[in-house]
Amino acid sequence: MANSWIIPVLPFVSFALIIFFGKRLRGKGAEVGIVAIAVSLVLSILVFFDTIRRIAAEPEFHGYERSVEWFRFGPGGFAVELGIKVDGLTAVMLLIVCAVSLLVHIYSTGYMKGDVRYTFYFAVLSLFTGSMLNLVMANNLLQLLVGWEGVGICSYLLIGHWWEEKANSDAAIKAFLTTRLGDVGFMFGIFVLFFAAGTFNIDDISGAVAAGAIPTGILTLGAVLLFCGAIGKSAQVPLHVWLPDAMAGPSPVSALIHAATMVVAGVYLVARMFEVFHASPVALSEVAIIGAITMVIAALLALVQDDIKRVLAYSTISQLAYMVAGLGVSAYTGAVFHIWTHAWFKALLFLGAGSVIHAVHSNNMSSMGGLRDKMPVTSATFIVGGLALAAFPPLAGFFSKDELVLGAYESGRHGSVLGWFVFLAMLVTAFLTACYVARMLALTFFGEAKYDSEHVHPHESPRSMTVPLVVLAVLSVAGGWIGLPGEANLFGKWVHFGEEHPAFNPLVMLASIAAAVGGFGVGWAIFRLGKVKFDILKTPFAWVYRLLQNKYYLDDIYMGLIVRPIRDQLAAFANWSNQRILDRTVDAAGIATLAMGNVAYRGVDQPLIDGAVNGVARLMGLAGAKLRFWQTGSVQRYAVALFIGVAGFVGAFVIARL
Amino acid sequence: MNWVDRWGVTLTVFLPTLGVALMMLTPRAKDGLIKGLALLASAAALLTSLLVMARFDSSDPGMQFEVNVRWIPSIGANYHIGLDGIALPLFVLSAFMTFLCMVYSLWHLPEPYNPKAFLALCLLLETGMTGTFVALDLVLFFVFWEMVLVPMYFIIGLWGGPRRQYAAIKFFLYTLFGSVFMLLGFLALYFQSTPHTFDILALQRDGVLDVPVGIANLIFLGMGLGFAIKVPMWPFHTWLPDAHTEAPTVGSVLLAAVMLKMGTYGFLRISIPILPGPARTFAPLIGVLAAIAIIYGALNCLAQSDLKRLVAFSSVGHMGFVMLGIATMTASGFNAAVFGMVAHGIITGMLFFLAGSIHERYHTREIPELSGMSHQLPRMAGILAFCAIASLGLPGLAGFWGEVMALLSSYRPAPGLSTTIFRTLMVVGGIGTVLTAGYFLWMLQRVNMGRLSEKWKEKKLADVQPLEFASWIPLLLLVVLLGVYPRLVFDATNPASVRLTEALTAGSETATAGPPQVSIDLIGR
Repeated sequence: MANSWIIPVLPFVSFALIIFFGKRLRGKGAEVGIVAIAVSLVLSILVFFDTIRRIAAEPEFHGYERSVEWFRFGPGGFAVELGIKVDGLTAVMLLIVCAVSLLVHIYSTGYMKGDVRYTFYFAVLSLFTGSMLNLVMANNLLQLLVGWEGVGICSYLLIGHWWEEKANSDAAIKAFLTTRLGDVGFMFGIFVLFFAAGTFNIDDISGAVAAGAIPTGILTLGAVLLFCGAIGKSAQVPLHVWLPDAMAGPSPVSALIHAATMVVAGVYLVARMFEVFHASPVALSEVAIIGAITMVIAALLALVQDDIKRVLAYSTISQLAYMVAGLGVSAYTGAVFHIWTHAWFKALLFLGAGSVIHAVHSNNMSSMGGLRDKMPVTSATFIVGGLALAAFPPLAGFFSKDELVLGAYESGRHGSVLGWFVFLAMLVTAFLTACYVARMLALTFFGEAKYDSEHVHPHESPRSMTVPLVVLAVLSVAGGWIGLPGEANLFGKWVHFGEEHPAFNPLVMLASIAAAVGGFGVGWAIFRLGKVKFDILKTPFAWVYRLLQNKYYLDDIYMGLIVRPIRDQLAAFANWSNQRILDRTVDAAGIATLAMGNVAYRGVDQPLIDGAVNGVARLMGLAGAKLRFWQTGSVQRYAVALFIGVAGFVGAFVIARL
Repeated sequence: MNWVDRWGVTLTVFLPTLGVALMMLTPRAKDGLIKGLALLASAAALLTSLLVMARFDSSDPGMQFEVNVRWIPSIGANYHIGLDGIALPLFVLSAFMTFLCMVYSLWHLPEPYNPKAFLALCLLLETGMTGTFVALDLVLFFVFWEMVLVPMYFIIGLWGGPRRQYAAIKFFLYTLFGSVFMLLGFLALYFQSTPHTFDILALQRDGVLDVPVGIANLIFLGMGLGFAIKVPMWPFHTWLPDAHTEAPTVGSVLLAAVMLKMGTYGFLRISIPILPGPARTFAPLIGVLAAIAIIYGALNCLAQSDLKRLVAFSSVGHMGFVMLGIATMTASGFNAAVFGMVAHGIITGMLFFLAGSIHERYHTREIPELSGMSHQLPRMAGILAFCAIASLGLPGLAGFWGEVMALLSSYRPAPGLSTTIFRTLMVVGGIGTVLTAGYFLWMLQRVNMGRLSEKWKEKKLADVQPLEFASWIPLLLLVVLLGVYPRLVFDATNPASVRLTEALTAGSETATAGPPQVSIDLIGR
């Protein structure tokens, strides 16, 4: 555990090696990344078992911490640390990041084969993994911010990987700027907590909060600001708009960054700083409300998408909201457990979607269908992932989702109206989730082929792509078994906040199973069996459909009310004011000075002093013409005038003092 | 006593001038020899500056390498020089950037060529710049300060772009206009002190300067105007885009990397320590102007279609962060300011190098015309992307620390300053970082990405050349190094910054009440 700092360092080294030497290697740099991440994964597994061993053995174990001094500033030389912290939460995150990253690396060797920027792609994957590991291991907020922005820029680079198309680079910029907006809040939150607790160290801040050393008002401010960062990174309403567009990146990138790891950073942040949130009921309520709203809104959007990756993107937003809302009702273990299960099945779904897209050369489900026979491994694993997402027992998603629903139920039962609200939102979302999963499975793998069978001949993807799918499918099935409800819950022993753990509740479990089965049944009946035939545009709910098709018009609102006014009008105005007002003033001052010189010359110097001399008129005209232009000659003249002025001032000053 | 302690700083300042003298003796036709001499002189100055840095004791917050000899006894002006942690990074930066410019000039020399004159002017510029950062006497400071003006005037006016005459004169007169008020301030300080002195350190001592509040404020404003134009602070910045756009590459690099810092340095070295009271009075005003500069610079960047002009306007915003740090009047704010200056020098210097090299290849800097540069010049495009990302303040790269520390300091400015105002400025600055990211990423999208335009398809353009690499790699490495290991700068600046705040508290009557300076060290750890 003492050497676990090597885990994030390896991918950084790998990044440097690939970017400088990658193109000369046989595997074009991919092998360097794979080896580095594989070693990191092995180390992560060792650290994980070491951690759970210590958790079991030492009741007082709150995590291992190690740091060196990074730099000093301020009076007394306040030391900022560079350090790592490993506890149950970190250990779990390390496993997720390294495992998904490794699988995505392997998958990418097949998926990205022949890509123009193959080496650069793998370099950025390494950089991303290193930054993400730094994010989850950092023992202080400033270092966490470094990792946080690092994953952001990698996300930008990878979303825009195919930047020949403007739409792709647009999506990249949108992702970066939208999250950055949230990050400003995050940064200010760090400031608030720093000045309140006198440290960036996470444990020390938590300690100060637990000791009651920080007033609740400050805590609320700090927590709400921190949560701004989470809203951006984890794509919660109202900053969720970047994630669907981020699907412009390669599918393995979506799996790694926009499903399993980076987007859960926001959830991780809230979990990591939970002492702060927990101490502020207002902040916690905000978290719960944002989560509850987001999960329903995004699930509805997932229902109407044609692009399979966009279905998954909205699904991710919705599932992240599940975790966020879970934290909002203090279902801490459940939320982290959902990070864990979601990572497996959502990575699986994205990689599966990539495999399908690879086969039919389209993202649209309207040009898929009937792929079950053509791509047996992909379809089988995808169906497993879909059912896990829909939370069918005994797949992974079922256990984590059930725990979250139970957490909300318990919160409601203890008198929190918000708890009931979240509980209701979760059940509705569970229903909607199963519904869009059924639709997605039906449209993609069942029914008749809708692709252009003359030009497109779908076939199973290569081994490098199917093996990761199978591994993830196994994890999507079995990954939840470490968190069985009740006393058998191992996960809750590793990752928990406080002591109590809600008991097993068969009624709640039945409710969530009913929601899942019901949703799936409805979806299947409509989209597979065609039992219910209707054209939604002819029903009174056409406006709902249109609203969803247009993503609640949020993109248009942001574009029309924020981006365009700033980028086009305000910037143009700034430029105009700069050129026409500020700069003209300067020019005018110069011209006025020149004019004064002219007047002095023509009106005073020449007629009065030199006027008697013959033939002056011609010279005067020349000099005047000369002065009218900006020429070198006038500089000295002006400078001399200025210095005479200075001398005058000084003289006056001296005289005044005498 | 080691010879470096006595002579290191002086040598760094005047070795370039010696180089100029030798170059003057060389026939104009001997190009190679002239270039060699110029390179050698700047290399020698860089070496001595590095020796000084190596012998610098970063735990000592005071002046080091002090030399104080009589110079113009009739007015009491001395050759008084010295370095503390605030000056050292800028001092080394000047020598470093000039050297790299010389390396770059071995291959790129702007029309109308004439390396003898061009390189000699650059070296004179170096003497002026390094001299400004070490001068501890107001007259000496003023001489060095003005000395910078003339070479830069000629560099822009003779080797510049199409509107070079206008830009050069505007630059010269505007700066001179500010210097006049600065000089007035210096003279006032002299006449208000007992005994009369131009010594910057002596003027800070208790009882030397006895001046009524009203006059002190006037002096502060006068000197401040001179510094503010140089920074440049909003709304005195309009000379900068023109000067930058028209200047030859090396001129833009030195202008951005070093000369702008003379203004901010003036605040740290002269205005604030000598007149702490007025400094506190005007701090909110400086802060407000700084915040305006951040937003206004970013908005103007969005509107630019000329790559070089965009980079020039980005300087306005970045210097806004530096001034915001200074305006907080805290140790962390001063740290942020110096770090921001160094980082901006390296990153923006690099961006101007790139703008110059891109212009050399495409003969245009119009962003819409440069579409798809990555296809043709992948390395150039990669470096441009790296520098733009560094400039937008990505953590882990040099641009981050100056910004984040300036914003952090604004959260809790020095006692006596309004937290409400400064927190508002912090929020405005935060929004500025988003806008900054916006215009840089948009620029990258339009320059690097997209399809290669038809215009360039047939052309064979050379990617980054060896001499370009030679002058750029040190900068690129520094961007990463300072980003991951910021103490390279903070170790030097912090003691001096803390000392400066102590002087502030001690020198003001208003600071007797209220909590002590930035209380972070008081909260137990």
